[in-house]
Amino acid sequence: MSLADPGPFAAPWEAQVFALVVSLRDAGLFTWPEWAQALGRAIRPEDDAEAPADYGRWLAALEGLLAERGIALADGVAERRDAWLRAAAATPHGQPIRLENDPLRG
Amino acid sequence: MAHDDHHGHPHGHAHGHAHDHAHGSELSPIEARVRALESILVEKGYVDPAALDALVEMYETKVGPHNGARVVARAWTDPDYRARLLADATPAIAELDIGGRGGEHMVVVANTPDTHNLVVCTLCSCYPWPVLGLPPVWYKAPPYRARAVSDPRGVLAEFGVSLPEATRIAVWDSTAETRYMVLPMRPAGTEGWDEAALAALVTRDAMIGTGLPRTPDAVAA
Repeated sequence: MSLADPGPFAAPWEAQVFALVVSLRDAGLFTWPEWAQALGRAIRPEDDAEAPADYGRWLAALEGLLAERGIALADGVAERRDAWLRAAAATPHGQPIRLENDPLRG
Repeated sequence: MAHDDHHGHPHGHAHGHAHDHAHGSELSPIEARVRALESILVEKGYVDPAALDALVEMYETKVGPHNGARVVARAWTDPDYRARLLADATPAIAELDIGGRGGEHMVVVANTPDTHNLVVCTLCSCYPWPVLGLPPVWYKAPPYRARAVSDPRGVLAEFGVSLPEATRIAVWDSTAETRYMVLPMRPAGTEGWDEAALAALVTRDAMIGTGLPRTPDAVAA
């Protein structure tokens, strides 16, 4: 392969999304055909043009599947996302960001 | 690699001053969404952080088109292997210790002087990861999904592949259950080459059908 080949992931979060999907499939939470259907829906929004099947759409498809199955509901995920954002803001630059750093954590 | 290493140094942060500890760290909205899902799934026991790290490492460093290139080179040098590969690809690929993650069934289609094969996934981006690694950006994009079917010759021209008018182009639509790979034709002038030398001619695009193998001249240049 050419040295210019950018590799499979453009950012660490893309690799994490990929690994989550493969792990959950391996754990039996969904099958590959179910995943392909979910991703196929995620890249075809009703009110917009067809989108690339990139890792942002993978994430949207995974969020949708996990919400549908009651494993991670949208409200809980949004709360947790905000907790991570607060934790990041409270973490000195260069230190690992941990959820425990969220100042509102009970 | 340690799990936190993925997250400890967020990309794209605005502050370049390593000593400026007055500023906190930043996560992009999408990074925060990924961490939210991951932390919930870990707490509930659906995923194991060590297994996630192992998967990432495998796909970043071990799995790639070089796997498929080994399959092609073996098929070019061993007619019995070629016959097994075209008859039932999944076990033939496994002979070379290249494994599926389960669920996917591989089909290998051979280019001939009469027929050129091209692979697409019109639904999303189904692709034989264990054999070719993860798909290139263009494979996942709507124009390729649409035009590989409606105008395959035009797509090939954009990739710099021009085929004789008489050559038929067969388009194969990958799904989650059946994933296709192209067995390109062995380039002329490679008589007597060993498998390793032949594998170096086999590009990712040649196994998707949007390219042809390198020629001995191109390698020597």
